[in-house]
Amino acid sequence: MRYHAGDYDVIVVGAGHAGCEAALASARMGCKTLVLTLNLDNVALMPCNPAVGGPAKSHLVKEIDALGGQMGLNTDLTAIQMRMLNTGKGPAVHALRAQADKVRYQQLMKKTLESQENLDIKQLLVEEILVKNGRVAGVTTHIGAAFSARAVVVTTGTYLKGRIIIGNVHFPGGPNSQFPSMNLSDSLRNLGLELGRFKTGTPARVDRRTVDFSKMTIQPGDEQLHNFSFISPVTHREQVPCWLTYTSEKTHQIIRDNLHRSPLYSGIIEGVGPRYCPSIEDKVVRFVDKPQHQIFVEPEGLSTYEMYVQGMSTSLPPDVQMEMLRSVPGLEQVEIMRPGYAIEYDYVVPTQLKATLETKTIPGLYTAGQINGTSGYEEAAAQGIMAGINAALQVKEQEPFTLSRAEAYIGVLIDDLVTKGTNEPYRLMTARAEYRLLLRQDNADHRLTQKGYEIGLVSEARYEHYMKKWQAISDEMDRLKTVVIPADEETNALLRELNSSEISQPTPALNLLRRPEINYKFLMKLADEFTPLPDEVIEEVDIKIKYEGYIKKQLAQVERFEKLEGRKLREDIDYKSIKGLSVEARQKLDKFKPSSIGQASRISGVSPADISVLLIWLEQERRQAAGGE
Amino acid sequence: MEDTIVAIATPLGEGSIGVVRISGPEAIAVGRRVFQPKVNQDWYIKENYKLVYGHVVEPDSREIIDEVLLSVMRGPRSFTAEDVVEISCHGGIVPLRRVLEVVLRQGARLAEPGEFSKRAFVNGRLDLAQAESIIDIIRAKTDAGAKIAMSQLGGKLSEKVHGLQNELLGLLAKIEAFIDFPEDDIPEATLEEMAHRCNGLLIVIEQLLESADTGKVYREGLRTVIVGKPNVGKSSLLNALLREQRAIVTDIPGTTRDVIEEVLNIKGVPLKIIDTAGLRETQDLVEKLGVERSRQLLNQADLVLLVLDASTGLSEDDLNVINLIKDKKVLVLINKVDIADNTIETDQLKQLIGYSDVLEISAQKDIGLDRLEQSILDLVFQGKITAADNVLVSNSRHKHALERAKQHLLEAGRGMQQSVPPDLVSIDLKSAWEILGEITGNTVTEDLIDRIFADFCIGK
Repeated sequence: MRYHAGDYDVIVVGAGHAGCEAALASARMGCKTLVLTLNLDNVALMPCNPAVGGPAKSHLVKEIDALGGQMGLNTDLTAIQMRMLNTGKGPAVHALRAQADKVRYQQLMKKTLESQENLDIKQLLVEEILVKNGRVAGVTTHIGAAFSARAVVVTTGTYLKGRIIIGNVHFPGGPNSQFPSMNLSDSLRNLGLELGRFKTGTPARVDRRTVDFSKMTIQPGDEQLHNFSFISPVTHREQVPCWLTYTSEKTHQIIRDNLHRSPLYSGIIEGVGPRYCPSIEDKVVRFVDKPQHQIFVEPEGLSTYEMYVQGMSTSLPPDVQMEMLRSVPGLEQVEIMRPGYAIEYDYVVPTQLKATLETKTIPGLYTAGQINGTSGYEEAAAQGIMAGINAALQVKEQEPFTLSRAEAYIGVLIDDLVTKGTNEPYRLMTARAEYRLLLRQDNADHRLTQKGYEIGLVSEARYEHYMKKWQAISDEMDRLKTVVIPADEETNALLRELNSSEISQPTPALNLLRRPEINYKFLMKLADEFTPLPDEVIEEVDIKIKYEGYIKKQLAQVERFEKLEGRKLREDIDYKSIKGLSVEARQKLDKFKPSSIGQASRISGVSPADISVLLIWLEQERRQAAGGE
Repeated sequence: MEDTIVAIATPLGEGSIGVVRISGPEAIAVGRRVFQPKVNQDWYIKENYKLVYGHVVEPDSREIIDEVLLSVMRGPRSFTAEDVVEISCHGGIVPLRRVLEVVLRQGARLAEPGEFSKRAFVNGRLDLAQAESIIDIIRAKTDAGAKIAMSQLGGKLSEKVHGLQNELLGLLAKIEAFIDFPEDDIPEATLEEMAHRCNGLLIVIEQLLESADTGKVYREGLRTVIVGKPNVGKSSLLNALLREQRAIVTDIPGTTRDVIEEVLNIKGVPLKIIDTAGLRETQDLVEKLGVERSRQLLNQADLVLLVLDASTGLSEDDLNVINLIKDKKVLVLINKVDIADNTIETDQLKQLIGYSDVLEISAQKDIGLDRLEQSILDLVFQGKITAADNVLVSNSRHKHALERAKQHLLEAGRGMQQSVPPDLVSIDLKSAWEILGEITGNTVTEDLIDRIFADFCIGK
């Protein structure tokens, strides 16, 4: 029996990484928000690897943080190891990666949600999205409780018609053998949304006490303190190492001998899996010549003996899993605590969404996270915060908030999803970003904090910190223009030490800093007029000066890009009536309803000539609207 | 959108003057770099709607390209409502092309067909009725032009550029995989390897560009020779194809005393058409010289257009000519069908000549010329005729793209020399790859992602 259980501005369905960010954003922006989850013990669950960050993903976390989101802070406060990856490469691809304590991560996030003003959190399984007069009206749950809402954000991850597969055994289930959500995908389908089916997988968890670390290589964290958040309170962190080992020829033989028992090859699995996260059986089959594959053994947390076997994702039967794990050096005696599994689930084809993550056909209904065909905690959280922001803005009747490909990795991620769609679980990579050098970790606050402040998500304290930091950077850049390094023996001795050419006359500090081998900290040795500045300021000054040429080059590219983005296309354009478009372009444009000429140009099948035709058509229309000629 | 574009604005062919038009925000700046005025040194600041006399020069070498008159029309009071510079040079294909190319090298982009009109329209200079015709021009260009350009000369350019793209993609995939999957046991793209591969690419691009040297293309294009006995209508045919009077046409046999060469562009396929002096035995010395050269030209021809006279049937002269072209690819054109019924037996012809196709035409009355053009295109696209191997780039757009790709590769090379991090070097490599895609019509970011996963075992 259905009963009315409450009224909200925004309801978030699901409390994973997308749901948490969506709910916090909405509540912090002043909307009365409700989070519904099928299990309150699984808020911010990390059912796969116990890590946050890495290339492009750390960029997302920093962007979420810069906008006033939670993932960065939550990771900083619960991480048990941090490493900066790619330090040998340019600043744009430096990427922070953390090992999180899974249990603490969940606990802290749950507490954050519970403590958040305007936010209620309840354990209920949502069965149906309610739609009234064409727009979203609320949700109903499995025990009959119905809630009304002006906007609903669905962040159900891999739970929709989830099916777990281990060898030839399969059963309905969400990640980690949770309940699946069986009825909600039917509700979405009934609303006219197209669903697809994806598959992903995870490796076994093993008992730390049965691992022989002496046969593995230790992977410690960095000594230097790192944090994701621009306003992190963490000043010291105890770190726990990870361990590296390799598969052996024997492992590969075991896999080959048992391939016929793999559901991937027997046809039990129908969903499409991700290429960047292949199962070990896939790797062995596809890269026959590779004699060994890396295996990282990673702690799942401080309060458990469970360890994650990174690189051994599999859906082979448990006996084969055991045999193959034991063929790896250091794991000869290993005991499995949870077997690896593959999971299949429904997702919403993301080209049905606007850049705000609102569905094009049902006003007020948003989807975010893995339900949109992505993978990764960070990708989910990034969509979550954007959907939460836009749901709140819609409730408050304010302009929507979107980010472009030139402004943020979040923009790249969402534009890829809604413009191109995806035919495998989508993972963000830095290679997907056209303007990578501008979208760095270090300047995420510069790119986004002002915007986050304007929409009411960034706190005063964060905003103040941001203003102070960038003022200091700007001041120091100005000051450096006036600093002159004397051409004395002391200077030249230091330059010689660095294998840098000597100077014969007094030289502006700025010019010296342009040399690749000289950084700001070295410069401080050459002149007296330096007062200590925070590391984040020094880093920025170094980057801005050293990479000025390349930065300018990318800014010029962005300028061209923005011209096309600026030409907006109305949603109600009848592309079928536009003479001169190719048949394919007409169909695609009609289906996708791009929001700008720029977005239209990225749809496959829309050629440059079609874009020219559209531009002319726009002008024709404008003039007709102005009275004709 | 609002970059600076350039094109030859007057019809190609032998006119007394020809105009190269530049439009866009950089038009005056580009003009300033290539134009050396005789007086008015400050023309680019002061002048508007006034002709300035001087020379177009190669900016680096200061070599004089042509003696010209230049005019500036500042936006919005110009055809496109943008800044426009028009350079009036000597007519004829060679000076126009050279001026065009020097402007392209200064950063202007070759205009798309109809693009000046498109800008004029978008900027409010043309009325609505004209919009549709602009759309038609653009449409015609995509549907036929792009594909045809790609099949140009048997698809060899396409093949080469695909090769370059593929190599660049492989290099990029290696760099990008190493960046995006730093813990994945992926071989590093070392500076040495990157520099080596980059150089390899540059060598190929330079070879392609060399083949694109204007003079060379027009000396060695797809050589199409028109042959036939005197007064059979060879010059009329050439003229009809060129749609203008170029050669002298009279009723007196043997008035075409020398070999006339013309460049013809049939839907993107550049043909170098050579009209031979009447091929017949003769005592006239001047004419004999012409006949000798005709024979030499025949030996080098890629395609022969044999013109026969419908009114006279096969004569001794015709058989002599046929004898010379037996082993060539031949299109037989039976001319003057407007004044006489064709009396020539097709079967007989096919026995005489190896490969041939027979078409009935009238050069005077413009009959059957569409079919002739189509037949030539068919032969090219079916790979039945190909041009000399070293002539691949014959299109300014393609050449310009190659030049730009080359600049980016050089820039990437400089970056490598200075040990710039790979993620920055890849900015230029990616640009080069995208520009090459403008030639082959495919640059999809997804290709790079696909390549990364195809080449490397990823999945930590």
